[in-house]
Amino acid sequence: MKFSLTWLKDHLDTEATLPEILDALNAIGLEVEGVEDPAEKLAGFRVAHVLTADRHPDADKLQVLTVDTGEGDPLQVVCGAPNARAGMKGVLGLPGATVPANGMVLRKSAIRGVESNGMMCSVRELELGEDHDGIIELPDDAPVGTDFAAYHGASPVIEVAVTPNRPDCMGVYGIARDLAAKGLGTLKPIAMPAFTAAGACPVEIRTDDAEGCPAFFGRVIKGVTNGPSPDWLQQRLTSAGQRPISLLVDLTNYLMLGFGRPAHVYDLAKLSGAVVARRAKDGEQVLALNEKTYTLGSEMVVIADDVQVHDIAGIMGGEHSGVSETTADVLLEIAYFDPARIGATGRKLGLSSDARTRFERGVDPEFLDDGLDLLTGLIVELAGGSPSETVRAGSPPSAAKVIAFDPGLTTRLGGVEVPEDEQKRILESLGFAVGTDWNVTCPLRRHDIEGAADLVEEVVRIHGLDKVASIALPRMEGVARPTATPQQKLERGLRRAAAASGLNEAVTWSFLPEWAAGHFAAEGQDLWVLANPISEDLKVMRPALLPGLLIAAKRNADRGADSTRLFEIGRRYFRGGNGLSDEKPTLGIVLAGEKTERGWQNGKARAFDAYDAKALALELLEAAGAPVQNLMVMGEAGPQFHPGQSATLRLGPKMVLARFGMVHPATLKAFDMDGPVAAVELFLDAIPAKKNAGFARPGFTPPALQAVTRDFAFLVPSELVAGDLVRAVQGADKASIVSARVFDVFAGQGVPEGKKSIAVEVTLQPGEKSFTDAELKAITDKVVAAAAKLGAELRG
Amino acid sequence: MTELDTQKQAALAAIAAAASLDALEEQRLAALGKKGWVSLALKTLGGMSPEERSAVAPAIQSARAEIADAIDAKKAALEVAELEAQLARETLDLTLPAPAAPRGSVHPVSQVMDELAEIFADLGFAVATGPEIEDDWHNFTALNMDETHPARAMHDTFYFPDRTPEGREILLRTHTSPVQIRSMLDQGAPIRIIAPGRVYRSDSDATHTPMFHQVEGLVVDKGIHLGHLKWTLETFFKAFFEREDITLRLRPSYFPFTEPSVEVDVGYSTEGGRRVVGGHGDAPGHAWMELGGSGMVNARVLEFAGLDPNEWQGFAFGLGIDRIAMLKYGMNDLRAFFDGDPRWLRHYGFSPFDQPTLSAGVGARA
Repeated sequence: MKFSLTWLKDHLDTEATLPEILDALNAIGLEVEGVEDPAEKLAGFRVAHVLTADRHPDADKLQVLTVDTGEGDPLQVVCGAPNARAGMKGVLGLPGATVPANGMVLRKSAIRGVESNGMMCSVRELELGEDHDGIIELPDDAPVGTDFAAYHGASPVIEVAVTPNRPDCMGVYGIARDLAAKGLGTLKPIAMPAFTAAGACPVEIRTDDAEGCPAFFGRVIKGVTNGPSPDWLQQRLTSAGQRPISLLVDLTNYLMLGFGRPAHVYDLAKLSGAVVARRAKDGEQVLALNEKTYTLGSEMVVIADDVQVHDIAGIMGGEHSGVSETTADVLLEIAYFDPARIGATGRKLGLSSDARTRFERGVDPEFLDDGLDLLTGLIVELAGGSPSETVRAGSPPSAAKVIAFDPGLTTRLGGVEVPEDEQKRILESLGFAVGTDWNVTCPLRRHDIEGAADLVEEVVRIHGLDKVASIALPRMEGVARPTATPQQKLERGLRRAAAASGLNEAVTWSFLPEWAAGHFAAEGQDLWVLANPISEDLKVMRPALLPGLLIAAKRNADRGADSTRLFEIGRRYFRGGNGLSDEKPTLGIVLAGEKTERGWQNGKARAFDAYDAKALALELLEAAGAPVQNLMVMGEAGPQFHPGQSATLRLGPKMVLARFGMVHPATLKAFDMDGPVAAVELFLDAIPAKKNAGFARPGFTPPALQAVTRDFAFLVPSELVAGDLVRAVQGADKASIVSARVFDVFAGQGVPEGKKSIAVEVTLQPGEKSFTDAELKAITDKVVAAAAKLGAELRG
Repeated sequence: MTELDTQKQAALAAIAAAASLDALEEQRLAALGKKGWVSLALKTLGGMSPEERSAVAPAIQSARAEIADAIDAKKAALEVAELEAQLARETLDLTLPAPAAPRGSVHPVSQVMDELAEIFADLGFAVATGPEIEDDWHNFTALNMDETHPARAMHDTFYFPDRTPEGREILLRTHTSPVQIRSMLDQGAPIRIIAPGRVYRSDSDATHTPMFHQVEGLVVDKGIHLGHLKWTLETFFKAFFEREDITLRLRPSYFPFTEPSVEVDVGYSTEGGRRVVGGHGDAPGHAWMELGGSGMVNARVLEFAGLDPNEWQGFAFGLGIDRIAMLKYGMNDLRAFFDGDPRWLRHYGFSPFDQPTLSAGVGARA
């Protein structure tokens, strides 16, 4: 809401300064969003009298004026305006003044050799309108020497944000009432212009939809003269950001902006028969005042006559019956519409208007007759005409809410002590009636008041939130208790472990382009697709963390990054059994570009490989507390991975804890990336929670005897995977073998076709006594025998 | 001079002149080896009479000792020289770069969430979570925004075409407030939680992204009032910004889920083009900045969440995590948060070892 200080003072009798008013507005919940003082822009511009006007000696189109500025000798001013002439009054910009339209600072200068001491200004130069055909012509009685800002009635314009619960403050009068309650002055009664109504309203008015339009009041005024509005009205509307249109339109806007009360004026000549508030017929159309045609539905209320719809009720009037310059007879409409229906209609039509904003939040049900009389009086005063009596169809809601209020609640809920008589004063100044028993009757315009807490808010906001003292929350004894859940601790730990491994944590969008989400969807997965995405790139909830990270890695590569190591901890979005979502915590990693850059030690740059991905997967699973010793390396990482260079890590055949490997070339192509790119996903929800462990570790003493190692080189079938061999070897003598580690893999020269050589270092830990040669031989034999079951033979 | 003396002097000179361990060994063999002249001279002693022997032996013994000592000394000197020569050959250019370990980082949003958890844990708040794909009952209705509430339209909500089995609309949560409802329904009262997380609005410009992060705070207990809310936020901001001069201004506002509702402003000044939180907003060179919304939980919301508003009272607040992260750590572009640019992440991100703790101060200094 924007309004000028002058307008506010129409309704508020106050000595308060502008800063005091602004502070008060903020303090009572009408947040000041801006203040603009046009007087500042117009500093240095004065009402001036042109005494003489002569041709410029060296320029046909210029004149040399002598101008009386109200003090000192007249000034010589060169002027190019065709309407400049002796005897006229206009606006002179003195040297030093800044022209609002172009920021030019005026200076004493010579124009074609003739001295000029300022500039006579046009409307456009002062940003007061578009007219630039000549300089401003002021009436003969304009006082010479006066600051033009003061003469023009320039007044600071205040913009406040009105919260949606306060439609009563969507008019200047309501704001004045709140300020008066705050003690900033006295609210003036509304000045009602007198008029004489004669005769019954000649138009039949009806409401056929008592629910959507409980009240429809009207009146005809015959013989009006529409035209431009007077200055005071134009100035007020302009301060509110409204363009003056014509007297009749401007006056309805004045009623709305000044008093929060939308109304409508029809050109009576365009109406035919009874004017009725009713439901629209499905498919019925109306050309609205914004020159767009709307197709209506039966849930919407309209105002129509016998022939057509003239008004989308409470939202926007129709073009057909709008008033024009030639309008002579008018029908005024002031109605009460059901707020919820107005909101629904506006949303459905996608149509916003100042009227809708007020109706859907709720206008004052007690301000129909007065509003209509005020509008009538102003029209009669300014446009003439003879008004009929008011005709009323239906009646607005009239049941006032009564709240049994305990003034003690102000302290208990609001945390501030306010004396009871002050609470009473505040409520009464806002229009509440306070009974001796503290039954509080709410004014009908306060649709937002639902219960006692709302009255506390009224008291506290007027009394001053700054008077609320800070009171410490009661605290549990002792030091703070740990509050994090196991899942939270897991994520926090993993995040720092991943960062410690050299990965940069990213936060990418939860939504993806459809193609990217689709590429990573599981077979048959029903993705979550937004109905109203902000763009095609942010449309489908991610089924994996990798696509978002791949997109980021691509962006980085396009920017010239040599290496991207990103991770993200976030959710993947699945369907839950209950129709809602199943959001699975996940860690994703993408390794793109160079693992090590080219260097003097190692030569060429090295790309990431699948073992880099495996190392991270295991390291982070271990950090997450997963039993990594028991993990199985299995296949089926998904079609987005290189089929021969990817794997899953599982606890049992069904329980997949992670997938890792190289990204499939087809996936890279889909994401328009160059490879190779390695990736990892950890499925945090699959990691088994640690059992309720205490702090004490299991007992342990390092063995006294030194471990011994034995190397075995096996010839194995090419297709045998090392993991199987290691597991067999390790299991050959569980009591003695503490680890088995592959230290060489070789195929080619010296190794028969269809075979490869795998060398394993086995570590044996003696117990109380050192191994005897016989024991070592027995263990060796068991290792060889276990490997032999897989087709491995000891190399000679 | 005896012949022995002559031989000894010659040998000592040769030892001193030996340029290498090999040359020295040659000298050792020539004098002390089995067939060396000293050894041979010693052997002659066997054939001598005791008188002869006692006259000759001391000279031979002493020559042997002298030569052996000279060889040992020379050997040690040669070894030192050889080691020095070897080390000199092994000299490296240590101005060459060492292998670089990649430096990882924690995202500012995560870091600030950890800071929040740490501070609020001390005040007895647990961290709660809830789904991001929500239904309209939890996101709106239970927060006192029924279908026709104008505030619903102001939320710029992302919707899915799907419905829950009860027919509720499914949407992306527009705030973390539905976690209030879920937590109260799950745990009842008394309750103290914060709920940080992702939220979504269909809004995108220089200062808005369609996804951002909020933290919700909720306290429900007996006798909780606005003064407690003010203290809690003041205490939090003092701990978060590690400044004692934090000044809050509460302004009346409107949120359907709180009554009374207050907007929270904090005083700040501008230093070097950056906003620095602290001081009174009305002091010279200072101003107020909006930090978030809050208020006393609306009685209807308590009812929706299964609590009796005559028994329980509480407050709730909501803060933008990205925003307070920017204020504290000096980022100026929200969009960069979600870009995944390693240069930005390394610059504004945090070391994994910057785990916030109260004893060290939760913040990580630049």
